[in-house]
Amino acid sequence: MKKVFLFALSLTLLLSLTACGGGSSTTNGEVNVYNWGEYIDEDLLEEFEEETGIKVNYTTYSDNESMYSTLKNGSAEYDVIIPSDYMISRLIEEDMLETIDFDNVPNFANIDDDYKNLDYDPTNEYSVPYMWGVVGIVYNTTMVDYTPTSWDVLWDEDLSGQILMFDNSRDAIGIALKSLGYSYNTTDEAEIIEAVDKLIEQKPLVQAYVMDQIFDKMEAGEAAVGPYYAGDAITMISENPDLAFVFPEEGSNYYVDAMCIPKGAANKENAEAFINFMCEPEVMAANAEEIYYSTPSSAAKELLEDELKDSDIAYPAQEVMDKAEVYVNLPQTVLDLYDEEWIRLKAA
Amino acid sequence: MRKNGFFARLGLILTMIFLYAPIVVLIVFSFNSSKSRTVWTGFSLQWYVELFDDSRILSALATTLEVSVLAMVFSTVLGTMAAIGFYNMRKRPRTVCMAINNIPMTNADIITGVSLMLLFVFAIGAFNSTLGQLTGVTLKLGFATLLLAHITFDIPYVILSVLPKLNQCDPNIEEAALDLGATPWQAFLKVVLPEIQPGVLNGAIMAFTMSVDDFVISYFTAGSSTSTLAMEVYSMTRKRISPEINALSTLMFVVVLSLLAIVNIRSARQEKAAAARAAKLQGKG
Amino acid sequence: MKKKYLAIPYVVWMAIFVIVPLCLVVGYSLVNPEGQLTLENFKALTQYWTVFATSFRLAIIATAVCLLIGYPIAYWISREGPGVKRIAMIAMMLPMWMNFLLRTYAWMSLLENTGIINTLLANLGVFKLINAVFGTELTYFPMINTPGAVVLGMVYNYLPFMILPIYTVIDKIDTRVIEAAEDLGANGVQVFRKIIFPLSLPGVLSGITMVFIPSVSTFAISKLLGGGMTLLLGDLIEMQFYGNAYNPYLGSAISLVMMVIVLICMAVMNHFGEGEEGAVYF
Repeated sequence: MKKVFLFALSLTLLLSLTACGGGSSTTNGEVNVYNWGEYIDEDLLEEFEEETGIKVNYTTYSDNESMYSTLKNGSAEYDVIIPSDYMISRLIEEDMLETIDFDNVPNFANIDDDYKNLDYDPTNEYSVPYMWGVVGIVYNTTMVDYTPTSWDVLWDEDLSGQILMFDNSRDAIGIALKSLGYSYNTTDEAEIIEAVDKLIEQKPLVQAYVMDQIFDKMEAGEAAVGPYYAGDAITMISENPDLAFVFPEEGSNYYVDAMCIPKGAANKENAEAFINFMCEPEVMAANAEEIYYSTPSSAAKELLEDELKDSDIAYPAQEVMDKAEVYVNLPQTVLDLYDEEWIRLKAA
Repeated sequence: MRKNGFFARLGLILTMIFLYAPIVVLIVFSFNSSKSRTVWTGFSLQWYVELFDDSRILSALATTLEVSVLAMVFSTVLGTMAAIGFYNMRKRPRTVCMAINNIPMTNADIITGVSLMLLFVFAIGAFNSTLGQLTGVTLKLGFATLLLAHITFDIPYVILSVLPKLNQCDPNIEEAALDLGATPWQAFLKVVLPEIQPGVLNGAIMAFTMSVDDFVISYFTAGSSTSTLAMEVYSMTRKRISPEINALSTLMFVVVLSLLAIVNIRSARQEKAAAARAAKLQGKG
Repeated sequence: MKKKYLAIPYVVWMAIFVIVPLCLVVGYSLVNPEGQLTLENFKALTQYWTVFATSFRLAIIATAVCLLIGYPIAYWISREGPGVKRIAMIAMMLPMWMNFLLRTYAWMSLLENTGIINTLLANLGVFKLINAVFGTELTYFPMINTPGAVVLGMVYNYLPFMILPIYTVIDKIDTRVIEAAEDLGANGVQVFRKIIFPLSLPGVLSGITMVFIPSVSTFAISKLLGGGMTLLLGDLIEMQFYGNAYNPYLGSAISLVMMVIVLICMAVMNHFGEGEEGAVYF
């Protein structure tokens, strides 16, 4: 028995030693970054670690709503999160964000004024823009024999079993609202229910509800059409040249994702150092080159390769932008309705 | 012993194909030279190279081994103690204890996971808003909560494999040892422990396996900065899939295969040796 | 030294980590986000009855399929010689030692529209043949992201949990009992019906338990193979804690109801098969 105890004890010691050994190489603490999947050039994380000696614990989420749940259920501690506009205003409203000390983020000057003081954070105390983009439709030109111009292609019965759909309530219900001619931000219960009815009508045609799984499915020709974010569409097209991307004529969603610090973050200064690092023009450019999303900084845009800089998908024409609508945060009763209706769709 | 007919053999073979076809596919495509999981484009070891370059997977592997070994040690000690305690209880309290002990095993994993998460979040919240504020310590979900959860679901398996061995023990032997002047501790070490040792060992192995294999309970109790291999695999399947997963599966399969082979060859040998010894003894008699 | 006191640490442990968490689940299911006592969560459950129905339906199908395949397999293995038995058992258990997520993931490549099975069938000209005969325009069989795929995932993952307990019980049946029956003039069918099957019931019951419970509560299998098209109870619960609809109070209520239903099912089953205390664990 003694031997067992000794063995256990030495094992514990050994393990705690290795744990310390891992930690001691980075003396400046750590920063817990929580980001969308496929949404950063991971080499930049190492670069940041080398530059500052701060260890990055990097984890990902698939959509704003699950990020919110994880924050809310208190199971995790993060220092930097990168939600979208409407989610940021929800987090501000619920007092879930720290104000950022902009003295620690001098690189904020590199962000264009167009992306400062936006509606979701009017006084710009809580957020630093990360990337922006517009939602559109990715389709496989060998499988869809016309050029889709409308969200209706997602309801095309000829494509039954080949259609992918967003696996998060805001984007999916939003598309149905838009194709019915309503606003993304409607608070009218009847309109939202009508939209979900339309999604239930679509369900038999849908192959799968996806988030980042769409990359594999579209690239491999597993599905013909699906809505996704513009930057990711460029990634998919670069992997499979048969793919194409359009902005539907009904209008679409224009989003800004920004870096924020959740309330009570344990490493607030490290978080600010990280945010500052991500705002260096070279870093922003390298990041944009990797994930193809649109950068909110002209200084960074100048550093991009011409092909990306001139891309109509990453930097859409003015008429697309005119028709694009930003999500705003919805009142709690509507959010509850969204949750209920979303489950009604998934359970249908 | 009557032998199986043609259909029975065929059924067995088909079942084996069903069980192994997916694994064969995984292994074959771990050597594919392109990212495709369905089209063979040539032999390459690049996914293995990338796997060993992937610091996230490696650290998840380390976490998995650490938590499994620690949970195994703690649950084996606690579980063996508890089994001895239960064995010496009167019938009624023992029935109650065994019923509670069975809960984590019969309950769905997701319920164990969710309930433990509620407990941890509740306790941590209570601590952080009172004692934590006084002392400046903030707790969070992480390795410690993961370990507590693993010990909790491991112990019942240890108890279940130790108890039957205790039931087989002859209580008179221990009494004899005590009568002959052994201290209770000596009697335990020299008499009881060797008797129940196979059960303890079996329980330890089971606890370790359960810990390595667990996904659901870890998913709910590990928090943000700790990730086990199973959690890492899950998050990988939710993103763009890299054949690194195939490489990982292949390696795990090979490790398990060799472990099982070693264990079985050893036990087969021991059985043979035991049979030979028995034959000799009988010869003597 | 009273040896029963050795159990004290674990009894305390069980109180903290088994009893209290379950009480918390009950507590959470009885309050609303504002912390007031309410039965709203259980009322809200009624609108999710289809999810309960789907979960139980798929889990029952998966359990039935496992039993239909697993019983004969266990029976056949028990009739083999010791060498084949040992190898068959190892072969059964080997996949179980790999993480179930990896095993489920393996099926994705097989079942996809452009996956291995469909590619193979296309190369063999199966689709051409079908199209010529039936005048259809098939290029693949849709298999992934269907409820069928989810059931397949359950069967694949949990089949060994059915085979092993049944096998262990059948294997322990005293051959002398069978021989006695034969000597008394029973034929093969009668031996099976009157002796082997009744004696193997405890194994069947623990097999059913071990397949049904994980099946009814899974959320990973339905996510991987169901493509988000089939919402199961596990998904619904996970969604309330980590997913699209944050509501741990409702999540607790769903967990509680699921637990109670499963417990009732198990109690009913065990009522029919007394004394399976010594069920097989490995």
